[in-house]
Amino acid sequence: MKNHVLRVFIVIILIGCSSSESPVDQALESKILHYGNGTEPQGLDPHIVTGVPEHHLLLALCEGLTSSNPKGGESLPGSASSWDISADGKVYTFYLHEDGKWSNGDLVTAYDYVWSWQRILTPSLGSQYPDMLYYLVNAEQFHNGSISDFSQVGVKALDALTLQVTLKEPTPFFLGLLSHYSTWPVHKDTVLAHGEIDDRNGQWTRPGNFVCNGPFNLKSWELNKKIVVEKNPLYWDADIVELNQIHFYPISNEMTEERMFRAGQLHVTSTFPSVKCSPNITETNPNIKIHPYMGTYFYRFNTKNETLSDVKVRKALAYAIDREDLVNNVTKCGQIPAYSFTPPGSNGFYPDTEVPFDPELARGLLKEAGYENGDNFPVLEILFNTSEGHRKVALAVQQMWQENLGINVELVNQDWKVYLSREMIGDFQVSRAGWIGDYEDPNTFLDTLRPNRGNNKTGWNNDTFDQLVAKANATLDQDERYNILMEAERLLIDEMPIAPIYTYVRVYQLHDDVKGWYPNILSHHHPKYIKLERN
Amino acid sequence: MFGIFVRRVLLAIPVLIAVASITFFLVRLAPGGPFDAEKAVSAQVLKNLNEAYNLNAPLSEQYFDYMSGVLVGDFGPSFRFPGRSVTELIMTGLPVTFELAIYAMLIALLIGVLSGVTAALKRNTFLDYIPMSIAMIGICVPTFLLGPLLVLIFGINLEVLPVSGWGQLPGDKILPSITLGFAYAAYIARLSRGGMLEVLNQDFIRTARAKGLSEPMVVVRHAMQGGLLPVISFLGPAVAGLLAGSFVIETIFQIPGLGRFYVEAAFNRDYTMILGTTIFFSFMIVFFNLLSDLVALWLNPRSRDS
Repeated sequence: MKNHVLRVFIVIILIGCSSSESPVDQALESKILHYGNGTEPQGLDPHIVTGVPEHHLLLALCEGLTSSNPKGGESLPGSASSWDISADGKVYTFYLHEDGKWSNGDLVTAYDYVWSWQRILTPSLGSQYPDMLYYLVNAEQFHNGSISDFSQVGVKALDALTLQVTLKEPTPFFLGLLSHYSTWPVHKDTVLAHGEIDDRNGQWTRPGNFVCNGPFNLKSWELNKKIVVEKNPLYWDADIVELNQIHFYPISNEMTEERMFRAGQLHVTSTFPSVKCSPNITETNPNIKIHPYMGTYFYRFNTKNETLSDVKVRKALAYAIDREDLVNNVTKCGQIPAYSFTPPGSNGFYPDTEVPFDPELARGLLKEAGYENGDNFPVLEILFNTSEGHRKVALAVQQMWQENLGINVELVNQDWKVYLSREMIGDFQVSRAGWIGDYEDPNTFLDTLRPNRGNNKTGWNNDTFDQLVAKANATLDQDERYNILMEAERLLIDEMPIAPIYTYVRVYQLHDDVKGWYPNILSHHHPKYIKLERN
Repeated sequence: MFGIFVRRVLLAIPVLIAVASITFFLVRLAPGGPFDAEKAVSAQVLKNLNEAYNLNAPLSEQYFDYMSGVLVGDFGPSFRFPGRSVTELIMTGLPVTFELAIYAMLIALLIGVLSGVTAALKRNTFLDYIPMSIAMIGICVPTFLLGPLLVLIFGINLEVLPVSGWGQLPGDKILPSITLGFAYAAYIARLSRGGMLEVLNQDFIRTARAKGLSEPMVVVRHAMQGGLLPVISFLGPAVAGLLAGSFVIETIFQIPGLGRFYVEAAFNRDYTMILGTTIFFSFMIVFFNLLSDLVALWLNPRSRDS
């Protein structure tokens, strides 16, 4: 027995010694980035998938007309080297790179874009992001089947390298929108070699079949294990790409990911365990990065509910939340108290709205609504999906409302899909919610609360707000446009169909060897700029 | 014995059909659908998606379509992973889960049987108390605690083993196998001790000793055959459980096995994946139970002779 134990230990130690250099150490030589990528991606078809891990992969593998700026702000050239915008802001002409190649050597043409956009707008494909192109003339009509001739849609190839896009309205954020993967091209012959234009289950995204136009090629894909991409020598900007490979690991457990980082198996993690957060965590561990993220954590009020239909009640609830206290003592990961729905700094937009923490004012509003000291106020339910983080916030808000308003609050915890289904059919009073911007513009937030938007879910139906957002989208001058959006934001906070709580931050770990990685509000880190160097 | 085998196989068929049918309707009763997401899709898109996956057809039609597919081994496409069939996903995860299960079971049997038999032979000595106390701890300590603890010691403090992965870095299969095996070793130790104690007191053991057989011969040839019967009965469901239930280990150690697909399918309302994995695991449970019963029958001389 003793001999057995001894042998096992000797084997363990021998194996351990043979692997003393961690993958991160080895990467300095091999130029391989080890990337913690959250969950297993649904797939790699840019017209089918949704989600952040998929976006990280597609940033490496494919490219749209424009590319997001690694430092945030103005879009940079992607597969289009330049573009013109007509005086009325409705016609965009894109000039593609003459040396823009697909990974199989074919030229990336304007015809590829026309076909790709036809594909995403084809109803039977069942893409979940066709509305990203609804800004084009007749795109929505083609998608809902009211027209069947795609040549009527506002996208045309003037020649192989010139693409003309015609919009319904000026849409000043259109360029930013093009950095979203749903607008990126797919290689027609490859897609059709493995299925029809509307085949969701085509095998073209498998290693060996996959063809795209990004800085990296798909090398291998082992489900739930890792995806390996390697440098694409045919990419038009290949000279600036320094990494040889990126290994994407789908690590859904944040504790496992954190241990892998500590053991030198990862350069960057997708997140950081919130239970380990403390106010000065970045001082004790400089590898932890906390950056503002274009997302808002908020509580949604069901305005169809009898009690919550009164704006005074909604305001009273919003004013009774101490956001400073919440971010400092509950979430503790550097989150920023939110006083507007649109996060400050969305492409230079800084809302001036205020949501005071004023229990006295809140009690006064509640009294005006007929609930003095919370008397006769029905039991209020906060709906949230299973997560320790959401539970903590809900507990804190419950306590604040009970203490500051004297009302009874109950917490309702549901499984993710049950929670979504209850929100969708309006079976809730107050529900926790989060919204992450798809592109860098206030419109990605304010548009969701327009009437008849599927993501509104509050039942709030305000025509003035709707008209303001519509007017802003048709306004070319950015200052004037932001003034209109600011008006919309003020109206929103005055009506309070949602109570903003905090602005998200991205909390993750980044190894010192990683260079060319800049914080930005969308957290888009284009791998073509990333380098590995040790100081 | 052949009769029993045939009867059991015939019984398994309605069990599997019942499991598939009940699961089919239960998952449809659960609130929420496969395409619900924080960013809700429009009614038009939802309609298109339902059409793409034939979810707009009457439920009875979907049921018969699905069941006729299953009969020819087609579990349908996964909703969560477009472009991948459920069969492909199961076949991707199965070899890994199977390998992990084998290593864990070998470790469990080695430690469990050895310490259980020793404890029974040295009853009421420290060779009984110590392994049995450890076994009790092994039963009580959950894998989600033991796993990270071993990782902390061997992966992060001593830096001798990788903290996660499967077949990616040298030695990365050791910690998950030990973690999973240890929990089962504890059960096996207690079962084999109990089984051995019962057998060691029986007349035929006394007879064997009276015949002058050496002690190892008595233990290995006569006592263990009967004494390990409870372990054999336990092995069937245990192996089936190992194949289905390593979700925690797979998550802690980042192992691309079946358990993660199984659990995540339920959270994602990936209807076909839930059904496929449930039917597969039901088959595994039925199969390994049958196998362990047959082995137990064969090991029992009275039933073997009849």
